[in-house]
Amino acid sequence: MQPFVYSRAEDAAAALRNGNASLPSAVESANQYLAGGTTLVDLMKLNVMRPRMVVDINALEKTAAQIELGAQGLRLGALARMSAVADSADIRKNFPVIAQSLELAASAQIRNMASLGGNVLQRTRCIYFRDTSYPNCNKRTPGSGCAALEGINRMHAVLGTSRDCIATYPGDFGQALIALDAQVEVQGQDGKRAFPFAQLHRQPGASPHIETTLKEGELITAFTIPALPFAKRSLYLKIRDRSSYEFALASAAVALDLEGDKVRDVRIALGGVATVPWRAADAEARLKGKGLDDQTLTEVANAAFAGATGHGHNDFKVELGKRTLTRALKQAAAMEIPT
Amino acid sequence: MSEQNQGWSRRNFLTSTAASTMSVALLDRAAGAAPADEPKADPRSPVSLSLNVNGSTRRVALDARTTLLDALREHIGLTGSKKGCDHGQCGACTVMVDGKRVLSCLTLAAAAQGREVTTIEGLASADGTLHPMQQAFIDHDAFQCGYCTPGQIMSAVACVKEGHANSESEIREYMSGNLCRCACYPNIVDAITGAKPKMKEA
Ligand SMILES: Cc1cc2nc3c(=O)[nH]c(=O)nc-3n(C[C@H](O)[C@H](O)[C@H](O)COP(=O)(O)OP(=O)(O)OC[C@H]3O[C@@H](n4cnc5c(N)ncnc54)[C@H](O)[C@@H]3O)c2cc1C
Ligand code: SF4
Ligand code: FES
Ligand code: FES
Repeated sequence: MQPFVYSRAEDAAAALRNGNASLPSAVESANQYLAGGTTLVDLMKLNVMRPRMVVDINALEKTAAQIELGAQGLRLGALARMSAVADSADIRKNFPVIAQSLELAASAQIRNMASLGGNVLQRTRCIYFRDTSYPNCNKRTPGSGCAALEGINRMHAVLGTSRDCIATYPGDFGQALIALDAQVEVQGQDGKRAFPFAQLHRQPGASPHIETTLKEGELITAFTIPALPFAKRSLYLKIRDRSSYEFALASAAVALDLEGDKVRDVRIALGGVATVPWRAADAEARLKGKGLDDQTLTEVANAAFAGATGHGHNDFKVELGKRTLTRALKQAAAMEIPT
Repeated sequence: MSEQNQGWSRRNFLTSTAASTMSVALLDRAAGAAPADEPKADPRSPVSLSLNVNGSTRRVALDARTTLLDALREHIGLTGSKKGCDHGQCGACTVMVDGKRVLSCLTLAAAAQGREVTTIEGLASADGTLHPMQQAFIDHDAFQCGYCTPGQIMSAVACVKEGHANSESEIREYMSGNLCRCACYPNIVDAITGAKPKMKEA
């Protein structure tokens, strides 16, 4: 690990003073905020991230860890821990997809440490990104190439890839946020702003090392999720190599609004298969106004993966992803909704 | 020969070397170090910290890179918490911070300042009576080599306290962050099921 200066910020203003010189979203940034540390400390030990200054923002817990459910919807402070949100009775009832996306992630210990802000900014588990003995990784060293294209790419993405990077976005919670039209609130040198969560992550394109649209030093302070009564019928289905403590091979976040056996409205996001949290808008459009019969579900799943490209070892993810989505929709339709 | 009879058991040896390496030299160098909230010029100069571990205050001077796990094992001399993977993937290093189970290998020691750290050494009562979970691991034969065991026990205590030990499948899910290469999983689940009512009594 590279030497760094550890500093503690007692409030957002102090954090911004220390964090200002750097893009929090960039691997090579000299300044990094420290929340749970479960991504940052891991990658610092691997020498993938080499900040000169680590700004501990855990003191912001006092003001930025609230979980508030009101008529407008849900507001989650960025320093709220994954475990606290997953265990919230209000969220389990009104937004089961959020609780499940957190509960099915990582382990109980990691969920106690990890913050929501850090969670959405967690970095890919691409083995070549994590192993600095491979010189060629465009995300870690811009312009160096991509070892995964010709390497072992079983865990890699099939949607949103580019010639320069096919790394999977590994998180689960991001799928719930994007499916529910969440907004992100951030605070920077120029004040506060809010924007759709769907605009936070950037697809790799020709610059995979720039992972988000955050500006220099910007601190994520909260996520807001607009009220959505039909989110009571929502779930997160995660398919993986072992049944717990593992990243997704394919996952689906779905919410269904049923009228009889017809779908009035639907939200679909896919995980484990894409380079960023992935909203499947075409698939949603196919399903609206239809029933959940096998033929419709096949069309919906095909629409979700219409643009997918495999790279050899991960070809199976296209079919696995379709089946995951189909099963998630069927399970959501069968849910008994508590009143 | 049992460990107690050996003049220099491995455990004694580690403990005493750790205590002496946290030596005067380091503490002296740290005397002039800036407090953690003020950035310093040379990032390698030690940061002096005071950590609350198992109810007592421990002053240490550490490189900012030191994790809580290394601080406990190498500097404070508490070698009960184990290093399996050092990357958050095994749970051997599980301790409680402010009553919550966390991974000490991914926690910077500096970030643990002002928090209450509890390790496996802090679980038994002062008179040496084992915590019901420790006793249950013995009674249910819930370990073989024992390497994962301190982490398993810390995690198990938390699992019960969190209210996530209501069925075998729930225990398995909420204990999935603790791997056991000896695969004692069935007995670990039994131990937790057995300890749960006793933890309520205690
Ligand atoms: C073994 C293992 C298994 C895992 N399995 C899963 C899984 O199955 N599913 C899953 O979703 N995740 C999984 N994770 C990832 C884990 O969820 C993330 O590491 C965690 O959520 C990151 O949160 P943190 O608070 O620890 O972030 P940190 O490590 O503290 O920070 C991560 C990054 O975000 C920046 N940052 C943090 N907070 C803010 C903020 N408020 N504003 C701006 N920048 C900020 C930091 O500077 C850093 O660059 C796993 C991790 C491990 C180690
Ligand atoms: S897939 Fe992306 S992260 Fe992985 S080696 Fe290629 S460029 Fe690097
Ligand atoms: S040593 Fe900390 S999780 Fe393995
Ligand atoms: S008892 Fe040997 S690793 Fe668990």
